[in-house]
Amino acid sequence: MTTTIAPDVAPASQAEPVTASRSRSLTRWVRGGGISTLVFALPMLVIFGVFSWLPILNSVVMSFQKTNLVAAPKWVGWANFAYVLNDPLLPTAIANTLWFAVLALVIGYPLPLVVAVLMSEARRFRGLYSALAYLPVVVPPVVSVLLWKFFYDAGPTGVFNTILGWVGLGPFPWIQDADWAMPSLVLAATWAGAGGTIIIYLAALTSVPAELYEAAEIDGAGLWHKIWHVTLPQLRGVLFITLILQVIATAQVFLEPYLFTNGGPADATLTILLLIYNYAFANSLGGNYGAATALSLMLAIVLAILSIVYFRLTRSWSDS
Amino acid sequence: MTTTAPDLRTGTTGTTRRVRGPKDRARDRGAVSPADWRRPGVRLGLGGSHLALLALLVVAGLGPMLMLARFAVTPTSDILMTPMAVFPNGVAWDNLDQAWNRVHIDRYFANTVLLACGSWLVQVVVATTGGYVLSVLRPAYGRALQWLVLATMFVPSVVLLVPLYLVILHPPLLGQSLLNSFWAVWLPSGASAFNVLLVTRFFDSLPREVFEAARVDGAGNVQLFTRVVLPMSRPIIGVVSVFAIIASWKDFLWPLLVLRRPEIQPLSVRLPAIAGTTDLGVLMAALAIATLIPVALFLVFQNMFLNGAGLSGAVKG
Repeated sequence: MTTTIAPDVAPASQAEPVTASRSRSLTRWVRGGGISTLVFALPMLVIFGVFSWLPILNSVVMSFQKTNLVAAPKWVGWANFAYVLNDPLLPTAIANTLWFAVLALVIGYPLPLVVAVLMSEARRFRGLYSALAYLPVVVPPVVSVLLWKFFYDAGPTGVFNTILGWVGLGPFPWIQDADWAMPSLVLAATWAGAGGTIIIYLAALTSVPAELYEAAEIDGAGLWHKIWHVTLPQLRGVLFITLILQVIATAQVFLEPYLFTNGGPADATLTILLLIYNYAFANSLGGNYGAATALSLMLAIVLAILSIVYFRLTRSWSDS
Repeated sequence: MTTTAPDLRTGTTGTTRRVRGPKDRARDRGAVSPADWRRPGVRLGLGGSHLALLALLVVAGLGPMLMLARFAVTPTSDILMTPMAVFPNGVAWDNLDQAWNRVHIDRYFANTVLLACGSWLVQVVVATTGGYVLSVLRPAYGRALQWLVLATMFVPSVVLLVPLYLVILHPPLLGQSLLNSFWAVWLPSGASAFNVLLVTRFFDSLPREVFEAARVDGAGNVQLFTRVVLPMSRPIIGVVSVFAIIASWKDFLWPLLVLRRPEIQPLSVRLPAIAGTTDLGVLMAALAIATLIPVALFLVFQNMFLNGAGLSGAVKG
């Protein structure tokens, strides 16, 4: 008898504690504030879910589909990628974007460093220097582009041509000419962006320990030696960060080529992002969303590799 | 522990200041030593280059803004014929009036303010509640959540452009397009991993003993948030706010895509659209009006901007 009862009882006595502990752990979760935690997480979950995670996943799906927003999307395999890669404008756009990036490196990369190092040696008016340097950054980009567009007036009474005329130069065609357009755009973009980089360098410069300079002086180092052997090596990490950030930003340049020249003259300022925009939104009859997402995805993969490299290096940099 | 809790209720300034971080202190010297400074060659050379630097910064930083201010009240014919002459034929205050009333900059200005306020609210709510969950409450799913949020930082914004536009056209569960609605700008602005990271890091730096003390005093999750964490995080909320408002004011491409009706567009979208057909003096007045608020914000909250920009470098780093 006892042997037949025992297996009957055993599962029951096991099952009861299981459900009890499950409901008890649920009550413990609720008592411990589990629900209010979830409520606090809700804004982040909803906003990131709908406006970040969902579109990121969609971009992969859409690049293999043909969508016209009316009929159901159709799977087309690699057709969108083939379309983009066969577009005769793609090499132009890539070359222009690279040209913009190179010019931005040559014109825009060393300038903030030189200014920041000089500024950090100032004993007075440091606040004034940084405020002046940062002012262009807070000006809305659209305003600065429209203003510079007027400055770039190619006639002899244009602002820049008038000023350069005082020293006997010009008049120059600026954004009217295919060769001049891109450097002009980079100049304006550098003006608008340099202040932010200067402030980042200044913050990094204040954390260079004074003892390093003192040690270098004991070893008889002069000013240039100290800058070359102490300041710059100490800034190595942040210099690399701003480099990568600048490359990522210039690869996605849109506002300047769109508003200054709309890709012209003769496609001389057609960048990758402008091409993406044109695929998707330039045609009022409905865009080629598949091609646009395919090209964005390809650009994004290149940039993601860059930013992962950047993240790795910054982590080791901020740990040290 | 019992002593920190009353401290918090009476005034949080002491705690906040302690929390603010070690980065504020200024360095007492740079690469140039005090001995170097006493040498006449160094003093002359550096003094000269600082003067040149100041001149460069005034011309490049302030110059275009002063030009814009002058153009805003200069007759169009003078701007075109003699752009560098200062008021050769008097001042045209009328430009401002025309821009504000006849070109309807007043309406676009109001749109811009509304867009900035809504984006600010969404960003602050998402960043503070999200940071609170990730840093203080730390539920079991917190780590996974943090990775999902951080991962979006590696996705360049270009990827989102078209799919996000389609989400706005057909939002899930809503059954109604958000196109031509301010929500289409407000809501996506909240998905900023940078904000969440910034606030989470700040909350991480708050002393845990304060939270424990509040718990001992019987504070629940909600009270801990509203009475303890929020009052202590005024500095970081200030930084997030200033950047949110400026970013919204600057934003161009996204409002251009989702706000198609001219009467609801912000300044950044309207200004290029009217540029071709508007009298140049009036356009310059409109540009000057559009610049006023960001520059005023910058001048008032200068330290927050400059420290915050440095902070963003430190966080990105």
